[in-house]
Amino acid sequence: MAIERVCVVGSGVIGSLYAGHLARSLEVSVLTRREEQARALADEGLRISGKSDFTVRVDATANAADLPDFDLGILATKATQLEEAVAPLGGRFDGATMMTIQNGLGAEELVRSHGGWSLLSAVTFMSGVRHGDTHVEYELDTETWLGPFAGTATYEQAQEVEALLVGAGLHARTFPDLRPAQWSKLIFNATVNTVAALTDLPHVSAFAAQAHETDLGNLVHDLMDEGKAVAAAAGVELHEDPWEMNVHAVRRGETLAAEGHYAHVPSMLEDVRAGRATEIDFITGALVREAAKHDVPVPLHEAMYRLVRARESA
Amino acid sequence: MRIAVIGCGAVGSLFAANLGTLDDLEIWAYDPWQEHVDAINANGLRLSGAGEVVGRVRATSDPAELPPTDLGIVATKSMHTSGALAATAHAFADGAVCSVQNGAGNEELIAEHVRQVIRGTTFPAGHVIEPGHVGWDTKGDTHIGPFEPSPAPMEKVEALADACTRAGMPTHALADARGAQWRKLIFNAASNAIAALTGRTHGQVAEPPTRELAWAVMAEGKAVADAQGITLDMSPEELFDHAARKDVAYGHKPSMLQDVEAHRATEIDFLNGAIVAFGGRHGVETPLNRALTELIEGMEEAWR
Repeated sequence: MAIERVCVVGSGVIGSLYAGHLARSLEVSVLTRREEQARALADEGLRISGKSDFTVRVDATANAADLPDFDLGILATKATQLEEAVAPLGGRFDGATMMTIQNGLGAEELVRSHGGWSLLSAVTFMSGVRHGDTHVEYELDTETWLGPFAGTATYEQAQEVEALLVGAGLHARTFPDLRPAQWSKLIFNATVNTVAALTDLPHVSAFAAQAHETDLGNLVHDLMDEGKAVAAAAGVELHEDPWEMNVHAVRRGETLAAEGHYAHVPSMLEDVRAGRATEIDFITGALVREAAKHDVPVPLHEAMYRLVRARESA
Repeated sequence: MRIAVIGCGAVGSLFAANLGTLDDLEIWAYDPWQEHVDAINANGLRLSGAGEVVGRVRATSDPAELPPTDLGIVATKSMHTSGALAATAHAFADGAVCSVQNGAGNEELIAEHVRQVIRGTTFPAGHVIEPGHVGWDTKGDTHIGPFEPSPAPMEKVEALADACTRAGMPTHALADARGAQWRKLIFNAASNAIAALTGRTHGQVAEPPTRELAWAVMAEGKAVADAQGITLDMSPEELFDHAARKDVAYGHKPSMLQDVEAHRATEIDFLNGAIVAFGGRHGVETPLNRALTELIEGMEEAWR
């Protein structure tokens, strides 16, 4: 499969970072949720600043029926908006490979229920800041990890996408089985996102502080221990220890802060601040459901789930 | 008899103003808020709302002015207990001092400065309207008893209860006031922390999805009370449901939510944090109260 045409579904921060970088050398179409953003992108192009710096032309539409054919679809919506975005693609784009990039678990199954595409699972550690409909600042230029999903795509197809992303100036790595990495990120996110959403703290050094009995790092550690017990019961050997990921990210954040950047605001905190629905069901909800399936008690994650749910409706 | 109220905010003012209506008592109030002190000295301390009262109170912001005093009532926010007692302890060399503050752990701090200590828990609530004038929102009972490790004699507990009751603040002198204190602590810890984290009112906290969590948080508190041999005087769960009624306090924002909204330091250390600390001393695990404490402290960190 030669990938010449890419469609990016979803034009938030992550979708825009993929679309912008890939559009410098490939035909890229973007499916937006809002008509207004599609028009702005078509008129002004897409500007990426920060770790990269360029403006590039992209095709954009808010109407799935207008999408041209593509070889690779990158599904970069919020988990909460995936169903709505993928449903209109059903029955079309035979032969395309779809890559899910959603937080949590369950995106691949959802996409599969709408079409027989080859599926790649992916998680990304990139982050950015949205400065409007046509401008995204590339903040953390960290990797995207991908792998074939449940025998629907091959390892070689995944490697081909890795090469494409790397060629576009992004960082990527292919895994034969992404589950260990997906679960590492799931446990990391279920912890860091919910703690941030409830405390209103960006991901700062307090998340790794354990000097005193009631320091926040103790809660972070306990939540991650619960998550690790679920992974073990599900037979997943984690790719990375989520606590180490946390400590590492906090240190990197401190370095960035020393350079005058703002601390990273996890997406669930952004959602709560903006009064939007969060991805709690796909992240903590997924972890709690897996825990129930394997009879592992997760009282702290259940508490976080209830608190974030209540916070959403306040 | 001379009684001094230490910390003359909303709750302290309810005690001081009511006590200030009795002719046989001399009531003093210590508070650092100078405008409030001046207004009380000029016009008396006024309550309105659940009761209309003007009490004669000698107020001061200078702790050195406090004369030797028979009884003290401490009504500061819990994080100011130590500082306030360090400044005023000289007045209670032969006196007994009673906490009517939120949570648990205040009596221990008072006992670092004063020998005769009375444990207390109070239900009445109010809010400051302006200097010298406090709104009396809720009437209710107060329960007091000797603080076991450093007790005041029972006669003094009874004298204080008698004075408060005659003044219109019904107060019960008990040999063991822990059951009343822990009932209110367990109730408050669940309501306050969950409300503060979610931005919801007491009545909403009592509904899904946080109802189950509130009950689990209260169960931990009850286990810690049990381990200390405390018999609760009422069920905190029943109190929780009663307060959640539309005709009682469904829409009430617990004080910790008000603190969080105003970016003020909370009393978390004396509520959920106290349940964790007492649990630790008695070998009882309290993971949910610990998690809530860590989250609220994280929140305070966010605006520091």
